[in-house]
Amino acid sequence: MPTDVTSPVRVTELPRQSVARRGSAYLYRHAKVRLALLLSAPLFWLGFVYIAALVALLITAFWSVDSFTGDILIEWNFDNVTTILTESVYQAVTLRTLGAAALVTIIDIALALPIAFVMAKVANKSVQRALVIAILMPLWASYLVKAYAWRNVLAEDGVLDWTLGLVGGNSPGYGFEGAILTLSYLWLPYVILPIYTALERVPDSLLDASSDLGARTWTTFRTVIMPLITPGIIAGSIFSFSLTLGDYIAVKIVGGATQTLGTLVYTNVGTANNLPLAAAIAFIPIAIIFIYLGAVRRTGALSNL
Amino acid sequence: MRITPLTKTALWAAAGFVLVFIYAPLFVVVANSFSTSSTLAWPPPGFTTEWWVRALTNEAALNAISTSVIVALASTFVALLLGTALSFALQRFEFFGKSTVNLLVVLPIALPGIVTGIALNNAFKTIMGVQLGWATIIVAHATFCVVTVFNNVFARLRRVGTSLEEASSDLGAGAWTTFRLVTFPQIRSALFAGGLLSFALSFDEIIVTTFTAGSGVQTLPIFILDNMFRPNQAPIVAVIAVVMILIAIVPIYVAQRLTSSDSR
Repeated sequence: MPTDVTSPVRVTELPRQSVARRGSAYLYRHAKVRLALLLSAPLFWLGFVYIAALVALLITAFWSVDSFTGDILIEWNFDNVTTILTESVYQAVTLRTLGAAALVTIIDIALALPIAFVMAKVANKSVQRALVIAILMPLWASYLVKAYAWRNVLAEDGVLDWTLGLVGGNSPGYGFEGAILTLSYLWLPYVILPIYTALERVPDSLLDASSDLGARTWTTFRTVIMPLITPGIIAGSIFSFSLTLGDYIAVKIVGGATQTLGTLVYTNVGTANNLPLAAAIAFIPIAIIFIYLGAVRRTGALSNL
Repeated sequence: MRITPLTKTALWAAAGFVLVFIYAPLFVVVANSFSTSSTLAWPPPGFTTEWWVRALTNEAALNAISTSVIVALASTFVALLLGTALSFALQRFEFFGKSTVNLLVVLPIALPGIVTGIALNNAFKTIMGVQLGWATIIVAHATFCVVTVFNNVFARLRRVGTSLEEASSDLGAGAWTTFRLVTFPQIRSALFAGGLLSFALSFDEIIVTTFTAGSGVQTLPIFILDNMFRPNQAPIVAVIAVVMILIAIVPIYVAQRLTSSDSR
């Protein structure tokens, strides 16, 4: 204890040498013990609950289910992996889910670019702040509520039917198109925000220089802005892409009979009671996400998340 | 940058369209919660508060709300303990495997919810042989809530530094006294903000919950999902959805206010 008894200021009382005091002195001197105390509980929880569960899931994919009793049999085999790799239904569903993820990502980028540009470069400061809040707020409204909102919008005789009816169209209803619209809606704020942040970082002087040198708006956008904000766009696409790959609730709510990887996993855990097969299917989106992350890693998008 | 007036108008029109796209569906839900139609028909044929009365006196809905609150409080409590310990470890120490631990915290929220859901479902049911119920939901929720507390406290610790704590030890305070009188007051509002976000995250969660709840426990999102497909209950779900929008906005607003100084 750094108490200096020889100093001219008279020290009346030394700290009491209680157990607690000795304990804290010990902790003060032993940084490793402090670290171990801090890390033990969280690492136990995350390691033994979560990582162990993920590893167990991977292992379960190589087991099978007794078709008679429904119990899981610990018999090592590659049946589930062979099934999902060879049966055409799994290929079709994987392709459909990938297509949905790609479509949702394209729609979201197309919607996000103009509003992010307005927020970052066109609007004045106070409008900018209001727009940021307006984009942030629905991000925190419940996922389920937002999916339900689209069930309202897409319903037969619902609001979209009525609106499009004014110009002679009608609502796509519950199905693949409905699911695409709803998923685009759900992930849109996640795509807008990284693009907006990237645009904010583009210095105005660069844009001025570009127009001073005679470039028109579109040329400036294509040759100056786009290369600078590409990491932001990719960061946004990671959200829309991977969230769509894993989704099943929104597809259930507005997708009608549409099957995606998520709904396949869900039916195999629930009604079909085939957890090993579900585990094997679940590794398709994980593999795709890791391939996607690996592909975009070089662009520097991951540090923009 | 020079933008032609025509381009500018087009940009504002596009921005306006996106705002309508974002907000219109939420307003439709509010309108439908007062509609006399139970089939979500538009325009609403009439105005009624019947659904609000029925929803607010619906026993299953009220039970589901209290279940959700209890689950959210319990998992937030665990997340606060684990997240705070982790943020101290990662902010104040250098050690082997630090980036791995960092990844470990983010993983439960980065992987698709369905993967986390069936992984935990499998671990509880097949590996550990535990009955699904209260405990399994709380464990599952706490696992992905840790990251919200961690992010908030970690940012705060980086900002406040260690000089005040060192001064406290130099003046003779023990570890507990320093924590109680110096460290805790500095991180209190970050803990509160992280806790609120964690509460909101748990309160809304549906995907992991469906795989870890079993049949006996019904949280509010599960109640909504179950009733959404029942034709006569549709407007009651609309009422609860409106209530959830309002409930979600308040904690987020408070948390934003409390932590806005961290990002500056």
